[in-house]
Amino acid sequence: METTLDQLREGDCARILSLQMRGAMRRRLLDFGMIEGTSVRCVRQSPAGDPVLYLVRGTMLALRRQDGRQIAVEVVSCR
Amino acid sequence: MPLIALAGNPNVGKSTLFNALTGRNQHTGNWPGKTVEVAQGRCRYRGTEYQLVDLPGAYSLVSRSPEEAVAEAFLLDGTADCTVAVCDATSLERSLILALQLMELTKRLVVCVNLTDEAERAGIRVDIPALERQLGVPVVAACALREDGTETLMARVRAVCDGYEPLQPQRCGCGIRGETDEASDAIAAQFVLRAQQIAQRCVSREKQETASLTERLDRVLLRRFSGYAVMLLLLLGVFWLTIEGANYPSMGLQWCFDRLGELLRRGADALRLPPPLVGALLDGVYATAARVVAVMLPPMAIFFPLFTLLEDFGYLPRVAFLMDHRFRRAGACGKQSLTLCMGLGCNAAGVTGCRIIDSRRERLIAVLTNAFVPCNGRFPALIFLISVYFSRGSALLGAALLTMCLLLSVMMTLAGSGLLNRTALRGEPSSFVLEMPPYRTPRIGQVLVRSVRDRTLCVLGRAVIVAAPAGLVIWLLANLAPNGTPLLQSAAAFLNVPGRILGMNGAILLAFVLGSPANELVLPILMMILTSGSLLGAESSAAMAQVLDTAGFTWREALCTLVFFLFHWPCTTTLLTAYRETKSKKWTLLAAVLPTAFGCALCAAVNLFLHLFA
Repeated sequence: METTLDQLREGDCARILSLQMRGAMRRRLLDFGMIEGTSVRCVRQSPAGDPVLYLVRGTMLALRRQDGRQIAVEVVSCR
Repeated sequence: MPLIALAGNPNVGKSTLFNALTGRNQHTGNWPGKTVEVAQGRCRYRGTEYQLVDLPGAYSLVSRSPEEAVAEAFLLDGTADCTVAVCDATSLERSLILALQLMELTKRLVVCVNLTDEAERAGIRVDIPALERQLGVPVVAACALREDGTETLMARVRAVCDGYEPLQPQRCGCGIRGETDEASDAIAAQFVLRAQQIAQRCVSREKQETASLTERLDRVLLRRFSGYAVMLLLLLGVFWLTIEGANYPSMGLQWCFDRLGELLRRGADALRLPPPLVGALLDGVYATAARVVAVMLPPMAIFFPLFTLLEDFGYLPRVAFLMDHRFRRAGACGKQSLTLCMGLGCNAAGVTGCRIIDSRRERLIAVLTNAFVPCNGRFPALIFLISVYFSRGSALLGAALLTMCLLLSVMMTLAGSGLLNRTALRGEPSSFVLEMPPYRTPRIGQVLVRSVRDRTLCVLGRAVIVAAPAGLVIWLLANLAPNGTPLLQSAAAFLNVPGRILGMNGAILLAFVLGSPANELVLPILMMILTSGSLLGAESSAAMAQVLDTAGFTWREALCTLVFFLFHWPCTTTLLTAYRETKSKKWTLLAAVLPTAFGCALCAAVNLFLHLFA
């Protein structure tokens, strides 16, 4: 199922399809190894619901929903 | 002397490795020509001295934060005889991205896979010989915390420096950035894929049955109610320990300074020094400096280590995670929570710390509002006012009131940020990524050394250096009386009207003005004004309270003074730092005007309220 990163619920896993932003933020995500095909797990939401914590290549990253909205993902089952 | 550079992502234990290699033999300073501070140190191995440089933590050499630019410029210089790429064994895949980029820039590279103990606990095994084959450069496993593997690391580094190590770095040969943004992105993706490929071949994991410690702690510390409750309790606990613990050493120090003062005075009498000279030196320079040390040192020496422990434990990014939505609503960056926390130590450090914020607009917001949180120079004065006028000696009540002061500070930081966002610094909140490192057992010894030597003594030293000449100037002002009234008294009388409007008086406002070089000075200067510079040995809190009492000070003045302590112009060091960071007189001026305006408005409001209703 195709959706965006911010739509994942706690415990969901997904595969990145594309980054739909450019410039500094895109490069920052590339630094953390977020490219097409990368697996991501939604670990937990902050109490206010935003930002959200994701596990990417063994690292925990907090992203705001407005940024997650620009990352297209495909929901997959967690291994 | 061979030069070794340490490079790596933040949170991979790079500084721990640096400390393990250099021991106490290090200092922090500006690298010639660069403005970002880098730690330097020396290390002796098999009879050769090596110079070590700890480059700022960087996620990549392609992005352009100031830290990363420094790391790249340094590596491109080619001055290093060997570069050590420090990697995290628990997330090798990610740290390899930087190591692969480093390999493009330099041939003389040694990869150090650090944090092997944490990896072991998490069931992760890194095949070091396989990794070495894949990369074509020496790879060493290490656990810097236990100083495991540092010998082997130095042996390989030495071999590289001396040219004995056969190096065949498996480069992609694509450089680290392309002609266009698209090309740079494509190159960046290549590094990621290569890192992933290598990690698949060299890293094996066992399935973990139980959740990790970080996972279990985060379940409590990042939850809706427990998260905020723990944050408040931690703050309260730190303040309580600071207030309760500072009492006894404070009294001891005061006793020592009183005795020393008496001895000095007797010595001066014996030498038959002229009275004005004795007055200037003892009542001016000595008394001010002694008060600064006696009042400031104990709380600082407790607060700084406690705070550094929390920092080392990895708690501060959690604060940023919990608070981010507030900052987003104020149009600011979530990382501002981190610079705010740094400001609790020292506002100048907080302003420098704003470099971690990528967007210029949000960085300026953080710089301009940093002085809204009380720094360590202000805490002792706040504690003094609270304990004398409000908590009446109960450390727990004092800590609770101090926590409320801090909450007010945070609220005003958000209000100030929001105001800037709607006026001078309009814009949309930009995107940011915040790494949440795993919790780590703090290194108690290092924390003590770092917080006492690098922070407490540094801040205190600066305060004393400013206090001595300030004491002289104030003594002169208190004793020079061209028209019959001492200058200090005339100045206080001149400021009396604005002081009264703000619910204080001329003397207090004058103390704030004269205390601009360092907030630590405000209280000692106030003492000097109220006693006309004529008393020695009034360093104890009780004696200071007595002086304030005699001057007709009540809890109303104390409350307004407390508020003004929280919100007024930053000290000159902070303003100079703000100028260095913003390179603009306009923004520096605003950094002074903004908190002052908030302070004046709040004090006037409190004063009006008290007049009408109390």
